[in-house]
Amino acid sequence: MPQIEETYDVVVVGAGHAGCEAALAAARMGLETILFTVSMDSVAMMPCNPNVGGSSKGHLVREIDALGGEMGKNIDKTYIQSKMLNESKGPAVHSLRAQADKAEYSRAMRMTLEQTDHLTLRQAEVSELLAEGKQITGVRTCSGGTYHAGAVILCTGVYLKARCIFGEVSYPTGPNGLRAANHLTDSLVQLGIPVRRFKTGTPARIDKRSIDFSKMTEQKGDARVVPFSFTNTEEDIKREQVSCWLTYTNETTHAVIRENISRSPLFSGAIEGTGPRYCPSIEDKVMKFPEKDRHQVFIEPEGEYTNEMYVGGMSSSLPEDVQYAMYRSVPGLEHAKIVRNAYAIEYDCIDATRLKPSLEFREYDGLFAGGQINGSSGYEEAAAQGFMAGVNAARKLQGKEPLILDRSQAYIGVLIDDLVTKETFEPYRMMTSRAEYRLLLRQDNADLRLTDIGYEIGLIEEERYQNFCRKRTAIENEIKRLESVVTGANKQMQEFLEQAGSTPLKTAATLAELIRRPELDYEKLAAIDPERQPLPADVVEQININLKYEGYIKRQQQQVEHFKKLEKRLIPAEIDYDDVSNLRKEARQKLKAVRPASVGQASRISGVSPADISVLLIYLGK
Amino acid sequence: MFQKDTIAAIATGSVNAGIGIIRISGTEAIAVADRIFRAKKQGKTVEQLPGYSALFGNVCDGDCVLDEAVCLVMRAPNSYTTEDVVELQCHGGRIMLQRILDLVLRSGARPAEPGEFTKRAFLGGRIDAAQAESVMDMIYARNELAARSSAAQLRGTLSLRIRELREMILEHVAYIESALDDPENYSLEGYGDVLRPQIEETLVQVDRLLATAEEGKLIREGIRTVILGKPNAGKSSLLNQLLGEERAIVTEIAGTTRDTLEEDVQIQGIPLRIIDTAGIRDTVDTVEKIGVDKAKNSVTDADLVLYVVDGARPLDMDDTRIMELLEGRRVITVINKIDVEQTVDKMWIMEQIKAPVVELSARTGEGMEELRKCLTDMFFHGTLSMNDEVYITNLRHKQALQEAADSLRQVLTGLEQQMPEDFLTIDLMAAYEQFGYILGETLNDDLANEIFSKFCMGK
Repeated sequence: MPQIEETYDVVVVGAGHAGCEAALAAARMGLETILFTVSMDSVAMMPCNPNVGGSSKGHLVREIDALGGEMGKNIDKTYIQSKMLNESKGPAVHSLRAQADKAEYSRAMRMTLEQTDHLTLRQAEVSELLAEGKQITGVRTCSGGTYHAGAVILCTGVYLKARCIFGEVSYPTGPNGLRAANHLTDSLVQLGIPVRRFKTGTPARIDKRSIDFSKMTEQKGDARVVPFSFTNTEEDIKREQVSCWLTYTNETTHAVIRENISRSPLFSGAIEGTGPRYCPSIEDKVMKFPEKDRHQVFIEPEGEYTNEMYVGGMSSSLPEDVQYAMYRSVPGLEHAKIVRNAYAIEYDCIDATRLKPSLEFREYDGLFAGGQINGSSGYEEAAAQGFMAGVNAARKLQGKEPLILDRSQAYIGVLIDDLVTKETFEPYRMMTSRAEYRLLLRQDNADLRLTDIGYEIGLIEEERYQNFCRKRTAIENEIKRLESVVTGANKQMQEFLEQAGSTPLKTAATLAELIRRPELDYEKLAAIDPERQPLPADVVEQININLKYEGYIKRQQQQVEHFKKLEKRLIPAEIDYDDVSNLRKEARQKLKAVRPASVGQASRISGVSPADISVLLIYLGK
Repeated sequence: MFQKDTIAAIATGSVNAGIGIIRISGTEAIAVADRIFRAKKQGKTVEQLPGYSALFGNVCDGDCVLDEAVCLVMRAPNSYTTEDVVELQCHGGRIMLQRILDLVLRSGARPAEPGEFTKRAFLGGRIDAAQAESVMDMIYARNELAARSSAAQLRGTLSLRIRELREMILEHVAYIESALDDPENYSLEGYGDVLRPQIEETLVQVDRLLATAEEGKLIREGIRTVILGKPNAGKSSLLNQLLGEERAIVTEIAGTTRDTLEEDVQIQGIPLRIIDTAGIRDTVDTVEKIGVDKAKNSVTDADLVLYVVDGARPLDMDDTRIMELLEGRRVITVINKIDVEQTVDKMWIMEQIKAPVVELSARTGEGMEELRKCLTDMFFHGTLSMNDEVYITNLRHKQALQEAADSLRQVLTGLEQQMPEDFLTIDLMAAYEQFGYILGETLNDDLANEIFSKFCMGK
């Protein structure tokens, strides 16, 4: 029987947040790319929470944007509320989070895909990977079509052999009742790539009309909106914002959960997958923290043209009747009508330590993976990996070195290094604490860290790059000027300082020195700095941060210098760990399994001790 | 390259002693032993022995019996090196041990590099870097106290102390980071007040360890004690008195200059290196000048000066000149010859030199007890105890501790300036890493080679 047969450069399997970024990156780099999805209506779908960003995840989005990815631009188009989190803390942990209109987010991303040259969208389930020896050659779909390609990127999310569960009920579907992908796992296993089972979950959606908001605390968006994308200004995206609402669980809620915990599929054994520790279900929280008398619950709109409200903080896999009792015990939800039940979802994923830092499988040339299939959780984590996999698949076909970001360059670097180095036993979530050099990896300087790279790989257009260069020069020049302008301890100066609540000068000082005082900043010095030219807010922000935290930034940079030493000690790909005597057995096994690219990466493998690293260094040194 | 080959060396010191030990370590250790060792009990081989058991027999080169020996087996990983280890305990003669070692080397082992046994112990994960270094210090220890300090470090006293500090810091970092990621469940409200006293306390502990660094140096090298005095004041007698009863444990090191003699001696466990400057003894101007210069130089390096005054003669210009040299030094004034009539103005001396005065007779030994007490008081009273105290005797440790202390001070500065807590983790982590250097848990490119290049053979 005649079958469809087509040829592309790059095949992307799955059109979630990872797949969209992967396909866009590859196509924009000039490679003929085809993007498969089980449903054209679920492109860039947000099946769980209705927001993008948040603590450390906001950093990822801004980094993706600085490199030339799409997520930041797409959320700027479709946000309905924006907030800068942690503003009371240091600039390293400021983090942007925006509520999305889910349907709009999905629609806008799909439109971008549709308008991108070299990009083909195709609704079909990929069921088989094609390989010749260790070279991936393409994919086959359930309907028998063959698609040849030099590179295949797996972005299957939670769809592989997906199963949705709540209470005694279990459906063999992906999220939102979408069709699961039931064949690709077998193909992976046949290629010698083992899979494992992870689990995640989502709370119920509740009808807005059944909620009593008077019993909750309103959470408004920020008056001053910071865009995710460095290509946008506040004016570009300013709009009316909607509110979220805060309420709490209570002892009644917890009693309902405890009484019915035996009916949870987790306890009955119906769920075998491992869930995320950092994104626990409400029953997990109640059972693990019995001393806590309440937990936060955020009621968040799913969009502007829907009454569905997301119950953040109360994901669950308890039976339907228990869900009702549990949600209705929460103040404001007494009469809640559930539109969609909470459920847990189980799916197949791979052990990402089989991947190189480029996200290509070590065993197969041209096979890449990004997103939840790698054992991560979260839209932003997925998008970051998808983007990097897309870039590296394209670069491979172009005969270029892969783009690898290290832990001192970006949260993306931390994310991927963790995934490919440390075996994860639960879905991996990005967190601030995972980034050692977070003072350097701020969300506000993602463009300064990464735009050069985005430009070099061809994903930042010339005009944007020139704008960026002007911004960078403006920051550098102004800091130089502030370091050189000396102001005397004259009467006008002392009066100014007194008014600003600062101490008078004893000797002359530079403007930079004054900015370093905790009670002063760049803006406040306007009165005594007549020479200054007007500068945009983002330039002023960099000046303030760079001057005020100079000492800390320098010390962190020294730590990075030290870190880089071992990153630069590369381990030859062909190293035979059996030849390295005196390695402990466990270390030898781990090193053989992960095959780290550098001594630095080796040192981060759990089960490899400093003494093992010394052995390795001695072996490499001689 | 680091081989799994089998190494051997004479593990006991170079002095002829009752027993000498040859240590063999590596995968072939037992096979090598079986090639050269014949058990008295017919048919018994080393191979048959379980770990930590022994055989009695002969070391044989072919048919020729070299020596009687006890052959002790330790099996991997339960040995010093974590490899198979065989120790041949032979009769001590140096020449015989050398012949047996030659035989071992001909039978499949190669000579151990300096420090290689300990290197293998470190690389095998049995000891950490601090412990490895203390092995080296112990081997080179010149005196009882230094050996004890090193032994305490080898047992991990220093490691234990540092590990405690390090864990405490890590807990704070972990808490602050938890609060960054999970503000719902972890609050940083008022955390500075929790952190500050603990950092201050840690700093006190680090400073205390650092303060031992100077004493640590004294322990390792001995307290440089210079005896000064004009001719016939009784310096030589005093030196002999000090050496006298301690003779047995004195080693003699010829000085670098012809007329300076250095002697190591222990006074109640306190190591002294006594430098007898025979310099100020001639009245011919040019020679005297050289002598005074020499004396001056000795005094500059001295940790302690014993200024010997002739109690039977009035002070003169020589004494004045010597007193000028004592400016700013740690001094004990010894008024000698109390067995004859005293003419010296003791009160005047005490006014001139603000230092303890001991009156004694170096000839009869009267008052020597008082001098010993004065010495021990001066260096150890209240600051050093003799038992299991941790001393920093290693430059690498000292530097790391100093860096850690600097970082902890930065943390306090940050607290003072009310920096957001996530800034504090930068300096907390820096201190954590520095502590890690001492334990060998913070990775350092050259550490392993650096440590082991200094090791001596056989350990």
